[in-house]
Amino acid sequence: MADKILIPLYGNDVAPRFDLATEIFITRLEDGKESDKIIVLPQASAEKLCHMIVTEGIDTVICNGIEEEYYQYLIWKKVNVLDSIIGSWKSAISALRKNQLSSNDVIF
Amino acid sequence: MNKTDIPLISILADSPIALQQLIDKIPIGILIVDKSYRVVQMNRALEAITGISATSAKGLPCYHVLRSSLCVKDCPIRNRQGAFEPVSVETDLIDRSRELIPVNINAAPLKDLQENVALYLETVEDLRSIRDLDEKVSHAFSFANIVGRSAAMEKIYQILPILAQSDSSVLITGETGTGKDLVAEALHQASNRSKGPFIKINCGALPENLLESELFGHQKGAFTGATENKPGRFRLAHNGTLYLTEIGDLPLTLQVKLLTFLDDQVIYPLGSTSGFQANVRVVAGTHRNLEQMVNEGRFRKDLLFRLNVVRMHLPPLRNRDGDLQLLLDHFVHTLNSRFQKKIAGFSKRAMKILNQYSFPGNVRELQNIVEYAANICETKQIEPEHLPTYILDLDASDADMSSLSEPDSTDRMIPSGESLDTANQKNWSSMEKQMIMNALLDTGGRRNETAEKLGWGRSTLWRKMKKHGLN
Repeated sequence: MADKILIPLYGNDVAPRFDLATEIFITRLEDGKESDKIIVLPQASAEKLCHMIVTEGIDTVICNGIEEEYYQYLIWKKVNVLDSIIGSWKSAISALRKNQLSSNDVIF
Repeated sequence: MNKTDIPLISILADSPIALQQLIDKIPIGILIVDKSYRVVQMNRALEAITGISATSAKGLPCYHVLRSSLCVKDCPIRNRQGAFEPVSVETDLIDRSRELIPVNINAAPLKDLQENVALYLETVEDLRSIRDLDEKVSHAFSFANIVGRSAAMEKIYQILPILAQSDSSVLITGETGTGKDLVAEALHQASNRSKGPFIKINCGALPENLLESELFGHQKGAFTGATENKPGRFRLAHNGTLYLTEIGDLPLTLQVKLLTFLDDQVIYPLGSTSGFQANVRVVAGTHRNLEQMVNEGRFRKDLLFRLNVVRMHLPPLRNRDGDLQLLLDHFVHTLNSRFQKKIAGFSKRAMKILNQYSFPGNVRELQNIVEYAANICETKQIEPEHLPTYILDLDASDADMSSLSEPDSTDRMIPSGESLDTANQKNWSSMEKQMIMNALLDTGGRRNETAEKLGWGRSTLWRKMKKHGLN
């Protein structure tokens, strides 16, 4: 299971677009303890988000629409990307924790 | 889905038709959304654009299905709520294969009989094919139909749109085959007069009396054979552009008449007492040295000043570094589709010959050479044997060159005080070497001054000197 997860947000849902998200949720599971934070970004930018994912050492990204260029970049940086996830971010996290989440899932 | 859940259209035909079947037949994406912004229905075209099936999309929030920039930034339905005027916005969406697709989204509310909003209708038009067309029309390294990326052509591209927006007369000079006609047409197309006519007349093509009637028109009975009124090219070009090609060949008497028109914008057809106020932009082109013609008394000085409001000199092909390959590729590509051929390009040997050739006929000659070669060539690559024989025989081409090139044009490529006779070279390469040596002699070997005299940068001079072994 992934240790550090990032989800771009749109209200209570996984953001429909990775490149247009202005809010992100990061959760970290360490020694059985979860630490969560929601970060409001100054502006939407796929490049800056990718940079943040790499510098924060994120293991898994859960998102909906993402351009191929950024998807491949993250894969190349050994980040596990689960894209086209439609649903609330809470359901997405819980599905991932249960190892029941894969790309293209609708979890409403 | 139960049969009872299928939305039907009952009134239009004798038996009910499924709504899904109707919208599936429409070739643009259709999305029907309820008041809580959840998908009610979508058609096959939208399935193709988004990559999401209609069954899995049903009931989902529309922004998760469309995934367009508009959904996140300024959703027309959410932000306007209730009844609103239809909105049309150009935006983009990301499909399931992670491709960013340019689309045009139209959104409108659907009202019930009591004028209450019942549903929202969104249409999604894929703009990829239109964008592809735009790309085909606007080739890289080109303006209108002019191809080139050399520094000399970059200057032309920069100045062309600016000149197009002004309404001043333009004088286009340049050797034969450099593209004066193309530039004149590009000027017209990029100007505010582009909706008006572009009329071209060759001043050297007709005898003097015919040319007058052709340019200014005539009244019925003005001369024997004038059986009806003729409007003339100036009148035909009203609200447009008149391009006078080979202006240097315009007879002196007509030069006066043209000058009068340029001064007061009124034309008087032959045999007419009343004038016509023509709103015409005059663009003139010539390969002749008009200053020299003025000195010789063959061209009116005042007309030259009047036409010379803006002058644009087109560089000969030999001065367009790097454009030869680009033009060759362009012509091969064009001719491949015209002649249904599959020529990939030129062999190294053929390129060597073409690189050494001076192209006195400039781009027109180059185009003719490629067309000849494309006709002859039956292989994938154009070889030297496919080229016209006169290029292979450089001595013969020298003879052709001296007869083809204008004295004024050759003066441009040789520094002041030199002429083609003194240069006596076999091709441009040796001529260039001679030019450098002469310039070096003139400046006493000072390279800075030599580069300045030749109009080159110091590094260009160094590179060319190295190429010719002059170090």
